[in-house]
Amino acid sequence: MNHIRATTLFLAAAVLVSLAAAPTTPSQDTKSLKGIVRVDGSSTVYLIAEAVAEEFSKIAPGVNVTVGMSGTGGGFKRFGNGETDISNASRGIKKTEIEACKSHKIEFIELPVAFDGLTIVTNKENTWAKQLSIAQIKKIFASSGAAKTWKDVDASWPDEAIKIYSPGTDSGTFDYFKEVTVGKEGKIRSDISVSEDDNVIVRAVEGDKNAIGFFGYAYFVENQSKLNAVKVVNPKTGAAVGPSPATIEDASYAPFSRPLFIYVNKASLAKPAVAAYAAFALENGAKLATEVGYVKLPAIMYDRAKANLAATKLGTQMLDDNGMERMGVLADIYK
Amino acid sequence: MHSLRAQAQSNTRRRSPGEIVAAAAPASQLARRVVDRGFLALCIVFTGLAVVILGILLVTIWQDGHTRLSWQFLNSFASRRTEEAGVRAPMWGSIWACVICALAAVPIGVGTAIYLEEFSKRSRFRSFIQLNIANLAGVPSIVYGILGLTAFARAFGSASTDSPITIGQPESFFYLQLPFGHGVLAGGLTLMLVVLPIIIVSSQEALRSVPRSLRTASLALGGTQWQTTWNITLPASIPMIMTGAILAMSRAIGEAAPILVLGVPLFIRTTPINLMSDFTVLPLQIYNWSMRQQSGFHELAAAAIIVLLAVLLTLNAVAVIIRHRLQRAAS
Repeated sequence: MNHIRATTLFLAAAVLVSLAAAPTTPSQDTKSLKGIVRVDGSSTVYLIAEAVAEEFSKIAPGVNVTVGMSGTGGGFKRFGNGETDISNASRGIKKTEIEACKSHKIEFIELPVAFDGLTIVTNKENTWAKQLSIAQIKKIFASSGAAKTWKDVDASWPDEAIKIYSPGTDSGTFDYFKEVTVGKEGKIRSDISVSEDDNVIVRAVEGDKNAIGFFGYAYFVENQSKLNAVKVVNPKTGAAVGPSPATIEDASYAPFSRPLFIYVNKASLAKPAVAAYAAFALENGAKLATEVGYVKLPAIMYDRAKANLAATKLGTQMLDDNGMERMGVLADIYK
Repeated sequence: MHSLRAQAQSNTRRRSPGEIVAAAAPASQLARRVVDRGFLALCIVFTGLAVVILGILLVTIWQDGHTRLSWQFLNSFASRRTEEAGVRAPMWGSIWACVICALAAVPIGVGTAIYLEEFSKRSRFRSFIQLNIANLAGVPSIVYGILGLTAFARAFGSASTDSPITIGQPESFFYLQLPFGHGVLAGGLTLMLVVLPIIIVSSQEALRSVPRSLRTASLALGGTQWQTTWNITLPASIPMIMTGAILAMSRAIGEAAPILVLGVPLFIRTTPINLMSDFTVLPLQIYNWSMRQQSGFHELAAAAIIVLLAVLLTLNAVAVIIRHRLQRAAS
């Protein structure tokens, strides 16, 4: 057992060192690797995982990486069943999911890879709602005491009906938005236009002066010229902050930025291919996440994640001792 | 043999609808003609509408996708860069899954239909099965995905996935393991669950359409139930059975939901080499690409739809040829 672990550590370390020296040139270590790496989970993280898998297969052609997108919850179910080596997640692992892992004697290492920023968008001609507080956002989107017109939100705004566009109710983006604005028990109003296709929301908001909508930051980046991003008043500092790589990274764009994780099965790390893949993901995560439209973590977070991988630090840091979700800046939570 | 059947068929030939109308309700000639012509016009309009809609669909997809079609597109794996992306893995995955589905579903489906139509006695048990099959034909395909996941991929959780029973090596073409895991065999069998009720019901209809007198004649000549079924009933119904099977396969190859539930990966850089190989299918890849924000991926999705249609037409053409052969052999 100890022997295996030592080999794993050595391999991971060797890969790390070789990658750190030359991240894109194929190294001799990875060229000779063989085996299969099974990755599944969040559809949000899928875009990053696909890029990582594609680049990884260039330097390790003998390794077959498969990436699924069963969703964060679906991914953890398979992970807890021992079916996958790595689970992608757009939130921290839940207490119930940890228990499922325990029942199959699965231990895991938690590694953050990037940030996703949720962006609230309005029409270019919307000159009034340049910034919104959480209370105002709640007034617009919550089912109780919902505002009919912009005037209901702020007396100085036009007396025109608000049109709301939202991603599909079973998307992770919708869940996340709902949790932040109205909480787990609350409800988003039902008289909104819902679309599974974010492109539809872009077009709808682009064409309607009184429209408001939201989706992942990656979509906004692609459509910056067509839409306004609403600044959100940070509940702690009181400053209105717009979404940008800088504000998402330093967590001043709160509460609408979330960390994205990968969870690695400890037993799978004994396979050199999995260890090399995980190390590669952390080494190139910043570059590839940015390329596919997400926001990279601060450099120190990647260093911590690498250290945790090398030390096989088990368990989650996103839950407190009572199994409750820890809220706040990722850099303060994840050590 | 042939003349006997022809005679039997001519005896049971139904009267044409016109004769019945003429006998039952003598209306004025003019009104009858107007109704007749009106109905014909209506039929032409509806058929035309269906053809036009299909035409528009095909034309728009062709316009969106044809620029992306190339040898490189067919021969490359998925990529985050649109110019490097291709459908090699999902295309071969779809072909493997669909062939496995056909090889499993047609014998089982036709066998079930033969039992129900030719062998089983009228009983409560039979009508219970019949009712179930009829209902299963209407069950959403995603439900079969869950069944496939439980039964084929996980073997009801009875066998541990850490230590499956294996035959051969992962590289060998006959490699098998129990439970099946998330390989192409589990995928094909899950699709089989989806189409099985359709095949059973259509095969039953086919068998029922064979005139009673043919069977009676064969039995009267001393043929056993099996001889009658194998030599008379089945050959006479093969064209209809195959038509049902072709329609069922068209459905199987277009299914995304049950395969998604099965937990197959989307990104994969290998094509299947044996029944346990990881795979993905075209509808999943199309779904994934059409959800992306860059328009390049939408073109890729359209191109993948063209490939899906081409694969489907090829498989159907093979089935039509088989049907033709069987039909000639039977007559």
